[in-house]
Amino acid sequence: MTQSADKVLDHFDLFRQPEYKEMLENKRKNFENPLPAEEIERVREWTKTADYREKNFAREGLTVNPAKACQPLGAVFAALGFEGTLPFVHGSQGCVAYYRSHFSRHFKEPTSCVSSSMTEDAAVFGGLNNMVDGLANSYALYKPKMIAVSTTCMAEVIGDDLNAFIKTSKEKGSVPQEFDVPFAHTPAFVGSHVTGYDNVMKGILDHFWNGKAGTAPKLERAPNDKINFIGGFDGYTVGNLREIKRIFNLMQVEHTILGDTSDVWDTPTDGHFRMYDGGTTLDEAANAVHAKATISMQQYCTEKTLNLVAAQGQEVVSFNHPVGVAATDRFLMEIARLSGKQIPDELTRERGRLVDAIADSSSHIHGKKFAIYGDPDLCLGLAGFLLELGAEPTHVLATNGNKEWALRVHALLDSSPFGKNCHVYAGKDLWHMRSLLFTEPVDFLIGNTYGKYLERDTGTPLIRIGFPVFDRHHHHRYPVWGYQGGMNVLVRILDKIFDEIDRNSNTPAKNDFSFDIIR
Amino acid sequence: MSLNTKKDPIDPKLRNKALINEVLEAYPDKLAKRRAKHLGTFEEGKPDCGVKSNIKSVPGVMTIRGCAYAGSKGVVWGPIKDMVHISHGPVGCGQYSWGSRRNYYIGTTGIDTFVTMQFTSDFQENDIVFGGDKKLHKIMDEIQLLFPLNKGITVQSECPIGLIGDDIEAVSKAKSKEYGGKTIVPVRCEGFRGVSQSLGHHIANDTIRDYIFEKLAGQPAAFEQGPYDVSIIGDYNIGGDAWSSRILLEEMGLRVVAQWSGDGSIAELEATPKAKLNVLHCYRSMNYISRHMEEKYGIPWVEYNFFGPSKIEESLRRIAEHFDDHIKAGAERVIAKYKPLMQAVIDKYKPRLSGKKVMLFVGGLRPRHVIGAYEDLGMEVVGTGYEFGHNDDYQRTTHYVKDGTLIYDDVTGYEFEKFVEKVQPDLVGSGIKEKYVFQKMGVPFRQMHSWDYSGPYHGYDGFAIFARDMDMAINSPVWALTRTPWKASGATEEGQPS
Repeated sequence: MTQSADKVLDHFDLFRQPEYKEMLENKRKNFENPLPAEEIERVREWTKTADYREKNFAREGLTVNPAKACQPLGAVFAALGFEGTLPFVHGSQGCVAYYRSHFSRHFKEPTSCVSSSMTEDAAVFGGLNNMVDGLANSYALYKPKMIAVSTTCMAEVIGDDLNAFIKTSKEKGSVPQEFDVPFAHTPAFVGSHVTGYDNVMKGILDHFWNGKAGTAPKLERAPNDKINFIGGFDGYTVGNLREIKRIFNLMQVEHTILGDTSDVWDTPTDGHFRMYDGGTTLDEAANAVHAKATISMQQYCTEKTLNLVAAQGQEVVSFNHPVGVAATDRFLMEIARLSGKQIPDELTRERGRLVDAIADSSSHIHGKKFAIYGDPDLCLGLAGFLLELGAEPTHVLATNGNKEWALRVHALLDSSPFGKNCHVYAGKDLWHMRSLLFTEPVDFLIGNTYGKYLERDTGTPLIRIGFPVFDRHHHHRYPVWGYQGGMNVLVRILDKIFDEIDRNSNTPAKNDFSFDIIR
Repeated sequence: MSLNTKKDPIDPKLRNKALINEVLEAYPDKLAKRRAKHLGTFEEGKPDCGVKSNIKSVPGVMTIRGCAYAGSKGVVWGPIKDMVHISHGPVGCGQYSWGSRRNYYIGTTGIDTFVTMQFTSDFQENDIVFGGDKKLHKIMDEIQLLFPLNKGITVQSECPIGLIGDDIEAVSKAKSKEYGGKTIVPVRCEGFRGVSQSLGHHIANDTIRDYIFEKLAGQPAAFEQGPYDVSIIGDYNIGGDAWSSRILLEEMGLRVVAQWSGDGSIAELEATPKAKLNVLHCYRSMNYISRHMEEKYGIPWVEYNFFGPSKIEESLRRIAEHFDDHIKAGAERVIAKYKPLMQAVIDKYKPRLSGKKVMLFVGGLRPRHVIGAYEDLGMEVVGTGYEFGHNDDYQRTTHYVKDGTLIYDDVTGYEFEKFVEKVQPDLVGSGIKEKYVFQKMGVPFRQMHSWDYSGPYHGYDGFAIFARDMDMAINSPVWALTRTPWKASGATEEGQPS
């Protein structure tokens, strides 16, 4: 017995003690019918080979360790960005438990969202009663200013009609006639979480701009000088949106953030639970129709939304999650062009500081090979930054990327000599990535928390940038957009590089001659 | 919402009644009637807790419950480590449940072990329209090719499967035959079935019966049987719970032939009908298979509780009752061995925790099982409830709770906040969705599903960790900082509901 009250051993140490090691060895030997160790080793080695890679890449049906989630997750993300808005997901209730948990594990914040709790009878008769009761209950209990309805795959498979259901619910008095209940169908078997974000963002804007599902007159657009900004599904939304607002304010550009999740996922611990906090006000959402232009930071999160915006007569500009100097330059110059405002000296100085930092450190990054995976826009943004740093984004993979995305990444890679030997993988998963890392190794991997399994298996050090990040805290509070965001990404990459150099040079009398005090 | 800092010494029964009435007033009438049946106060001497349970959740209220898929893939089947579990349907369900339950295991992941992996058929629109059976055939072939050391496959149905009329049973049967009798288990755990995770547990239990036990019918044991063979049932090895339990059973002289299902293997599932006794921790999720083994194979089962020294001691003796003096002496030896450790833990932490009040809302066995561990530390559980319990859980709860305990079944987000606001516990124990709500309110919190990424909490070794963690939560200096010094006590920010 090694447990003690003085020094409590938890799972890290407890199960490494001799009594547990012996117990677990006996369990395996006597009761698990284990395979011979050499057989396990043979297969393990085989999974590292080109032969395995070929078979792995020939998969047609099976997905293993995908880097994407389903539409409804993005739907809830988008809805939470509006003032006093309760996301209401029509379908099975377990889904909502999953979305809430998923977001809370990433942001370390509460996530409020309700379900219409459909069960077998609803599968047979449809979920109308669940909608009627659910809206009434949500409205009474949680006093939202708006309820944004989306769907799970169950409701989609049985074909529930949200528009009709919401109308009926209002007729039955679940919520007042004039209460805002925008909706979007968000089938989990189409696209991914970024598609769900797009559908709900479009649904909410369409609701306010185009007559609230036939219950109000369409808004007449009276163009003004404002610029709308849409961040898209973004694990750094808290830090990023605050940085974007700072930039707009520095440039003195009147703006509306559509889907502002920066406060609802960053409420203070001060004795009060705020179920709703911040968010785009409903007036702002409606008035956004009058804006001069709309900027999307993530094209693949807003394809349908931007079509809707363009149809109102606004100019639309989209980016692919810009990270780094040149990408931020383009972003700021677009704001300047659209608004007619100057880029202020303060931002110019920030730009210079980021360039300064890159110049100071680039010798440690130059020529290093990276594998990147994540959402389509994030991959483009990070690949662009790596090229700018003189690094090689050797493998760029998006499970929810399509062929058109792949062409875009190719074009980016072709634009730089550092992209010469780099490859892009659309629709592939992290088990494909595992084969890539074994057969064409790189120096570093950039991805979300699930990348730690690849780090363990292949020994490729993981730099955590993406969503979700469950196993490191508070990263979402730091922006990755703007020059300051670029600085954060640079430092995160450098820290890992230096940690690795130290880790590989710290064996006394073997290799610690390189254990330098200055790097 | 915020905490009321005034402490009134009032009769808890009267307070609970007023509190429940107050909460119900916020609901529309129809809903108030439905929810009223799930809220109550335990009265000493009653056979249950006076609440209805295992009933459909009300739409729109923010239930904490999950679904049947979560009960089958997430709880029962997912931890069986040498089988591949396919999340069959769209990508999300498998993604959100990927690796989050902390079912510890030993094995080479991706080679002979597959627990923390996400295998999915990633349904697209075509699969919904034309059916997914052909794809499932292909998926199984690809699993066989790329993961040749897997010892079996389960098909964990997501919502669409049952709605589009796929025949996963036929596919599983055909592929099993094709692979020479490989165990392939179709599980009908679509998320819309039943009212919570609970039906998923039952469905999963039944598939073990039908596809593991039935297949072995009449075959001899694959291991040399002994007189002291037991199986651990209903321990998911969260943070290593089953390991810190197993070690005690082995130390008292028993031989654990199977773990269900934390760190479990298909060989262990197959061995279970040959054991002498099933020891059952999570009654809710695995009573079904225990009852089946009792009826079919004559194997008795005994419930036990390995949270906190009082209940562990009681449980070790209860388990030993099923065996001879050799094992009974073994139980006494184990109890004596750990006494000094337990005394040291209690001496260290009880003075820091004594008199602290706890409110729980958890799943499975924990709304009752952990009460003894808190009481060992001098703490008092003043409110508890089950996410997906049945009446037999509430009956069992009567042996744990005190007169006047507030009981809330399938609590809604609204109710839970109100209850905590008024009861003012020193600690709330619930899940990830609740954690940050209460911490914002300034209330110390521990996740009692995942042990807040700590653990194990089972067994004697686990109790030391449990005690340290509760102390850490309650006595963290951060809770002294939540009040802003230049704001009057109880004052709220402008525009914020208090």
